[in-house]
Amino acid sequence: MVMATEEILSFEEALEKYDPVLGFEVHVELNTQTKMFSSAPNAFGDTPNTNVTPVDLGLPGVLPVVNRVAVESSIKIGLALGCKIAEKCYFARKNYFYPDTPKNFQTSQYDDPIAYDGSIDIELADGTVFTVEIERAHMEEDAGKLTHMGGSTGRIHGAEFSLVDYNRAGVPLVEIVTKPIVGAGARAPELAKAYVAAIREIVKNLGVSDAKMERGNVRCDANVSLKPKGQEKFGTRTETKNVNSLRAVEHAVRYEIQRHAAVLDSGTPITQETRHWHEDTRSTTSGRPKSDADDYRYFPEPDLVPIVTTEDWIERLRAELPEPPAERRKRLQQDWGYSDAEFRDVVNAGVMSSIEDTIAAGVKPAVARKWWMGEISRRAKVADVEPSELGVTPELIVELNSLIESGKINDKLSREVLDGVLAGEGTPTEVVEARGLAVVSDDGPLLEAIDAALAAQPDVADKIRGGKVQAVGAIVGGVMKATRGQADAGRVRELILQRLGVEG
Amino acid sequence: MAEINREDVAHLARLAHIDMSAEELDRMTGELAVIVDSIKRVSEVAGDDIPTTSHPIPLSNVYREDVVGETLTNEEALSGAPDNADGRFKVPAILDGE
Amino acid sequence: MTELIRLSAAALAQKLASREISAVEATQAHLDRIAHVDGGDDGVHAFLHVNTDEALAVAAGVDKARANSEELHALAGVPIAVKDLIVTKGQPTTAGSKILEGWHSPYDATVIRRLRAAGMPILGKTNLDEFAMGSSTEHSAYGPTRNPWDLDRIPGGSGGGSAAAVAAFEAPLALGTDTGGSIRQPGAVTGTVGVKPTYGGVSRYGAIAMASSLDQIGPVSRTVLDSALLHEVIGGHDPNDSTSLTDPLGALVEAARLGNVEGMRIGVIKELQGEGYQAGVLTRFQESLELLRGAGAEIVEVSCPNFEYALGAYYLIMPSEASSNLAKYDGVRFGLRVVPDGAPTIERVMGATRAAGFGDEVKRRIILGTYALSAGYYAAYYGSAQKVRTLIQRDFDNAFKQADVLISPTAPTTAFKLGEKLNDPLAMYLNDVATIPANMAGVPGLSLPGGLADEDGLPVGIQLLAPARQDARLYRVGAVLESLLEASWGGPLLDRAPALRPDVLGSNGAADRVETSTAGGTN
Repeated sequence: MVMATEEILSFEEALEKYDPVLGFEVHVELNTQTKMFSSAPNAFGDTPNTNVTPVDLGLPGVLPVVNRVAVESSIKIGLALGCKIAEKCYFARKNYFYPDTPKNFQTSQYDDPIAYDGSIDIELADGTVFTVEIERAHMEEDAGKLTHMGGSTGRIHGAEFSLVDYNRAGVPLVEIVTKPIVGAGARAPELAKAYVAAIREIVKNLGVSDAKMERGNVRCDANVSLKPKGQEKFGTRTETKNVNSLRAVEHAVRYEIQRHAAVLDSGTPITQETRHWHEDTRSTTSGRPKSDADDYRYFPEPDLVPIVTTEDWIERLRAELPEPPAERRKRLQQDWGYSDAEFRDVVNAGVMSSIEDTIAAGVKPAVARKWWMGEISRRAKVADVEPSELGVTPELIVELNSLIESGKINDKLSREVLDGVLAGEGTPTEVVEARGLAVVSDDGPLLEAIDAALAAQPDVADKIRGGKVQAVGAIVGGVMKATRGQADAGRVRELILQRLGVEG
Repeated sequence: MAEINREDVAHLARLAHIDMSAEELDRMTGELAVIVDSIKRVSEVAGDDIPTTSHPIPLSNVYREDVVGETLTNEEALSGAPDNADGRFKVPAILDGE
Repeated sequence: MTELIRLSAAALAQKLASREISAVEATQAHLDRIAHVDGGDDGVHAFLHVNTDEALAVAAGVDKARANSEELHALAGVPIAVKDLIVTKGQPTTAGSKILEGWHSPYDATVIRRLRAAGMPILGKTNLDEFAMGSSTEHSAYGPTRNPWDLDRIPGGSGGGSAAAVAAFEAPLALGTDTGGSIRQPGAVTGTVGVKPTYGGVSRYGAIAMASSLDQIGPVSRTVLDSALLHEVIGGHDPNDSTSLTDPLGALVEAARLGNVEGMRIGVIKELQGEGYQAGVLTRFQESLELLRGAGAEIVEVSCPNFEYALGAYYLIMPSEASSNLAKYDGVRFGLRVVPDGAPTIERVMGATRAAGFGDEVKRRIILGTYALSAGYYAAYYGSAQKVRTLIQRDFDNAFKQADVLISPTAPTTAFKLGEKLNDPLAMYLNDVATIPANMAGVPGLSLPGGLADEDGLPVGIQLLAPARQDARLYRVGAVLESLLEASWGGPLLDRAPALRPDVLGSNGAADRVETSTAGGTN
């Protein structure tokens, strides 16, 4: 197959003419100990074909048994998405042949998902809130892993043979399907990214998934269609498969909007098909068109009995739910007294939890924000890591802050102390000691420096004596310079004014 | 209810991944037509008000605790494989070449 | 030796317990019998694999344990044959199909673990219609099994191998599987006993699935008591089978030992007699009813009007489930792989493998099932069939309000000739008309010998059906009917079966066999 470069329209032009309609199918791998239907370990990266029982290989005669925790995790996801939980639901077989699917059917759910009819509010970076309706969340099992060998590309095309590892086969998945999302307009790519980020955050917060996109714990299929402005009827959609980073979700949606627009502009209908996302070229290529081979012949799985949920069971699970991320944010902003803009910056910088921990360790909200949004974020940017990955602990900030408040060091010195601590030179106090960074607080040396500074700038001294107290800064500056910054500027000011007999 | 024809059987054979010769398709179509004709009466009594039964004995909520059990060794897993390499099941290419 | 192989499992167990015989002797006697009657062109061909070494080793282990006065299961040392649809470590499992030729399971079925725990030597794996799809064992990829009553006739199916093995005294006990009658119908046509337990009563883990919602493993034996003994070994909850019942099995052996039917209401199913039933079958059936009435049972007639749709619904549900269950045979993980010429893709390998590995009947059912589940047909076919299933359950519910146990002939006819119905699938399917309703509703059924049909001298089966979880009733009534019938015959029905290869044993003349098979019995 040739990778054709397809015509695309500019994003702006596409949106002038068309309204995008989005839809997402996000697969979440649960972090249970064992698989969905067998007692094999649910583990990543082991020797191929060792985390398998006869059930996972689909050997003749085997039968599945449902993992209770996987069901409960699925219900929790449903509750966190504001879904209704089915009173009774079945597993179903989805029949299709593929070598990564050991039984040549996937055990899934069909017309009665465990959770349905929910919604979540997605907040974009500027605070705009979109409500995304959730159609369903259903349970199913993952497939094995195919590796394509031979040929030059390592891709499926041109491969001479493939190797199959069934360690992943049977890992529990929850597939979350949205209803069509309309009205996002130019924010569609941003919303796409924010939606997947929100799902990831929710399942991580629930503790039901490791939620690492780079490991495939959260995988997104993004549906895009366009309808001409003013038209009610949805256009033909494409499904872009395996868009597996937040950035890629944003880019893929943007690309498909541009591609659809170009196709529609040329008067050609959109082919309903799957598309493959290529990170390297930031484009999609045509996959498999929908065909009669998609006749999956679903029917109720006879080897598994239905799940019947009681109110007691659901309420017990609901009681186990942690605070939802959105509510948590609302509560924290209120508690901390940040402005909307301040709080949004904190969230976008990814330091909300760090600030929460730091405040809990004993500093004021404003101080915690100053540290995390200032010095620590700056260093993180330089190091190209997340702020939370720098190794700065809440306790460290508490100690630095108390050194500042007690006047032992000042802001400028505190940065040097942080350097020392992060370089492994010990606690802040030890670093201050070792590096000789303490603020000069003995008035003797300070007075000497002050006298020298006043003598050096007699005209300024006269102005101050004459009542222009604001001119004191120039003298303070001179003193600070002379003491290489190790003086407490406040104390210096006080002493200067005293020396000149002026009321501060 | 529709009759089953040769084209249907060819399509079904593709869905079921069973190669069939022209002769086999002819024969199978004839046999299936007779069988389908004799069983299609089921819809006569299947009124809208009758619930379906998928499991003969009604059970619900049968679960396994989430505890790791015994697994196969790699050797056992591959013991029946027609072909294997590198600890994995080896299969011919999945799509036709370029 | 001859004496030993004719013993019931219960009697054998007694002689083993009293150390009158050893387990090795008992096992060797059956292995000798298999060697004598099973092979060759006109052999019974009940076995696809004989497990000589392991069976003798297990027997020796039992003898040793007994010598050390260790506590042993009542059936320890009693050998058993296993239908080759049930997976066993250390022996091949083929399901009667080329697609699994040479495959060895890396795990044991739950019932096999239970046999091993009881110390029962496994004699080998018995023949069956490929993937248990058939009523004659002619659909085995490894050649048909012959009916010990007449080697030119079918032993029933799909479990013809297990039934024939027991009827030919190659094994005192066997395991079968019953999806639409595959234990009971072979029992009927070979003059043996076969039981399909309540769905979920015996674990299906390790039984190669045909139709998951219909399949059940059950006992095959020569006496009702023996089936009860085996049922108690294999039955009971298994956490590896989600459809396994947690209810206690009930006192099955006790029911068989203390059987009486006084005051019991026995319901004759109006729809399972008359048209399509051989005259000799109906005559023997009526005799059984009279015997039960004479023993104090109340015979009532019940109607199950929806049973006439059972066969049609069965031939939608069974192939639908089978089409999905058999998808895993694709040449990737185990079994046959056929690689067409050129540089074929895996898709083409799958198509060629399944074309070469499956026989005609299997292909027919896969295609039929694929059809019934496919878009546009699901509601009319599969959906309707699931509704009929509800109606059949309601028929049973009503019938069991009027009767404690139901009764019917097991099969409409006696054993037919090999090849007679091979090219007429529909005629073949009709053999299961009386046995299918039990599978559709999940209720237990038992078939026991009811005598020989006058017109052909071949065995007739009587079927008993009980409500779900009431398997004990089958044993209670079955044991009574069995003893009344045997009293009327002056001994077990199998005493009248022709001797197999008598030239070697030196009893009757060799020519008798052919004559007996055509002239029929003398009942």
